[in-house]
Amino acid sequence: MLFAVLLPLILTLLIPFLSKFKDKIHTGIFVFFIPLGIFIFFVRFIGEGFSPKLESYPWIPSMGISLDFYLDGLSLLFVLLISGIGALVTLYSIFYLHKSEKLAHFYVYLLLFMTAMLGVVLSDNVYVLYTFWELTSISSFLLIGYWNHREGSRYGAMKSMLITVFGGLSMLGAFMLLHVTTGVTSVQQMIGSVDMILSSDYLPLILTLLLLGAFTKSAQFPFHIWLPDAMEAPTPVSAYLHSATMVKAGIFLVARFSPIFHGYEWFFIIVSGIGIITLCWASYMAVRQTDLKGILAFSTVSQLGMIMAMLGFGTEAAVFAAVFHILNHATFKGSLFMIAGIIDHESGSRDIRKLGGLMTLMPISATLALFASLSMAGVPLPFLNGFYSKELFFENSLHIGDTTLLIASIMKQAIPYLAVFGSIFTFVYSMYFLFGTFTGKQKLEQLPKKPHEAPIGMLIAPAILVFGVIFIGLFPNLFNETFLAHAAEAISGVETHEHIVYWHGLKTAFYMSLIVVAFGTILYLFREKWWNIYKSIPGNLSFNRVYNGTLKGLDVYTAKLTKGYMNGSLRRYTALIISTIFVVTGLVMAGTNGFTFKTDDLAPITLPEILVGIMVIAGAVGTILAKNNVAAIIILGVSGYGQALLFVFYRAPDLALTQLVIETITVALLLLCFHHLPQLSRRTERAGFRLTNAVIAVGFGTLMTLIGISAHSSKWFAAISDYFLETSHDLGGGDNVVNVILVDMRGLDTLFEITVLGIAAFSIYSLIKLRSKEGK
Amino acid sequence: MEIIMSVVAGILFAAGIYNLLQKQLLRIVIGTVILSNGAHLFILTMGKLKRGAPPVLEYGISDYADPLPQALILTSIVISFGLTSLLLVLSYRAAQENNTDNMEKLRGNHDE
Repeated sequence: MLFAVLLPLILTLLIPFLSKFKDKIHTGIFVFFIPLGIFIFFVRFIGEGFSPKLESYPWIPSMGISLDFYLDGLSLLFVLLISGIGALVTLYSIFYLHKSEKLAHFYVYLLLFMTAMLGVVLSDNVYVLYTFWELTSISSFLLIGYWNHREGSRYGAMKSMLITVFGGLSMLGAFMLLHVTTGVTSVQQMIGSVDMILSSDYLPLILTLLLLGAFTKSAQFPFHIWLPDAMEAPTPVSAYLHSATMVKAGIFLVARFSPIFHGYEWFFIIVSGIGIITLCWASYMAVRQTDLKGILAFSTVSQLGMIMAMLGFGTEAAVFAAVFHILNHATFKGSLFMIAGIIDHESGSRDIRKLGGLMTLMPISATLALFASLSMAGVPLPFLNGFYSKELFFENSLHIGDTTLLIASIMKQAIPYLAVFGSIFTFVYSMYFLFGTFTGKQKLEQLPKKPHEAPIGMLIAPAILVFGVIFIGLFPNLFNETFLAHAAEAISGVETHEHIVYWHGLKTAFYMSLIVVAFGTILYLFREKWWNIYKSIPGNLSFNRVYNGTLKGLDVYTAKLTKGYMNGSLRRYTALIISTIFVVTGLVMAGTNGFTFKTDDLAPITLPEILVGIMVIAGAVGTILAKNNVAAIIILGVSGYGQALLFVFYRAPDLALTQLVIETITVALLLLCFHHLPQLSRRTERAGFRLTNAVIAVGFGTLMTLIGISAHSSKWFAAISDYFLETSHDLGGGDNVVNVILVDMRGLDTLFEITVLGIAAFSIYSLIKLRSKEGK
Repeated sequence: MEIIMSVVAGILFAAGIYNLLQKQLLRIVIGTVILSNGAHLFILTMGKLKRGAPPVLEYGISDYADPLPQALILTSIVISFGLTSLLLVLSYRAAQENNTDNMEKLRGNHDE
């Protein structure tokens, strides 16, 4: 299985070389064999004696992460969808994309996506699953933005990226919590320790985060907004990613984890609730669309909502119906997308208002569309697979398991009505799609190209899918025991023996189907009458506005926030830094009783020192008071010489010497420097500003004083200096201990201090010598 | 005496910070000089003051002032001198190039 997953990835390395021959052989032909091979490889597993298989390869053993590939009925269903529809889409794309396009890019992204998707459905390790999950987001981003010269493509790619990555990260959070709770990283082992998860305090958080991941990926309400914009992608991509595979990744995730949660009532409430809302909202919105792919996008969203709702019901029969519909939806929606692509390709437009009467011009496409749309609408004809799954959906909406919570029992009552409501609109948009395009008046003058039937190669893939629609419709029970039941069993955990019947008898579900058809027909026929009401009902309520507003608001407010404190004034930053030090240090010191005051170990106070101390202070404060620059510099010198005098008092002859020399040079430098710039004079400050500065400065000084006193009052151990004093003569060979420390005991400091001076000297030299070219 | 010197160092810090927050480049340089003076005094005070003779070994004397803070301060003085002179030339050049030494006018680009 590892090889099957990595095969597309390996081929991506060869694509750039293969695309060299694209003038002679379309690159897609090489690619076509990859999904086909994978399909054949996995098809062999279908059979009576199917049992789950696990393969494991070490990846990061120290963290318990290994490439575990687990093939059970659920994975098998998805793997076959991915590889089967992948092959058909590749075939379709060979005729859809012209050789002048950037084919190498397209197929590299597509293969990357294929690997990612196979990885998602086969991974058993949550972290590996997450890795592949994000890879699908990235490759989908690249594919949506394939025509990156278009504004719409870039917008759509960005939007899908933001929303799905947001969900992906939430899902990672859920995985980490699951890992922490159970101590294992394998999904199957997590399912084995259900009790630990269900009794965990994190349970609501885990469920929320996990479902956020699933809902964003599967375009559930209100995260569905990225899917219609992803229609900017080339049509093969829309058919593949945005109807059959990637959008089902969220469905897969819910299905994969439902053995853990299906007894938990909130799982039903959230999953079924959101699913049914998505179904109704998206099928309602789909009727408004004028773009063929827009209709299909909303249709996909609503069908996904329906599958999600059935997964939420959690009963054995409902899960089976969900699995069945995953398969059915992939067949009819894939073919419809391809047909929409054909219409676009051959007539130059996807706008349903410009299309019409294409039946005679494109008879084969029209026939294919007829079957696929009727299947999508769930018209009660026993040779369309959509009908069965729709009827199973109605049937199961009436038989939801027992509920204890009030909200769950209310939902239980409401769901059948909502299901019918959503399905009526499903019927309406399906008819709109079909008849709006293929019947009615021809408006050829509005179309950029004269429409004609597509080349035969382009029709092969949708024809195969429509054949699938009818084949499953005629023989719905053919794969039940060998294939679908295994998938349902993997989700619900119990062995499933469902049988699909052509004719249910006169049961409620059948009446519901009839209601849908009757109301749907009426609504479609009289659409002009209620069109205006329809347009005003959601009115301005649009989640795109929320999304755009949020992004714009974030932009504006972060810019404002940044501008608010990053105003370019260095003084402001200094003030902020110093205040922060003051507040944080002060609070920490006060909070930990850090301030102490002891007077038992102090040197005696003598008058000369106090006088010199006053001199130092006077010099320092004088620089502030001095109006004149030169005066300030000289006063600074007073403070510095005072400091040197203090060093004398405190038995530090070397320090006194150095301080004297350096203070002299500093003062000289300051005077020299500002002698050349006499025009610069003292600036006056606003009084308020002076006061703030004074408060900050005095606060900081006070804090430092207190810290100094506290540090002196709490000495915890003796100094190391006795060692220096004892060994200076014998080991260092010198009597001046300070100098021995500087050059012998801690000579490295001195080396780098010399380096500092050297660097300063070179910098000064280059500052003075290197001027800008204008000769300033 | 340590307490008084702590106060002196604290006042030096305050004066240095106040200068640092001024508009004029020269004042900021002065502020850094005062700040480093305060820090030196602070280090010296923390190492206890006036305990014994200067740390130059002499026969017969056993009590010396702590030599380690002195070594540290000596290093620091030199480094802060290097820094001060660099700052000085930098502000001189900045004032010369931009024809102002007003910090409120030296703000870089709008895009930053």
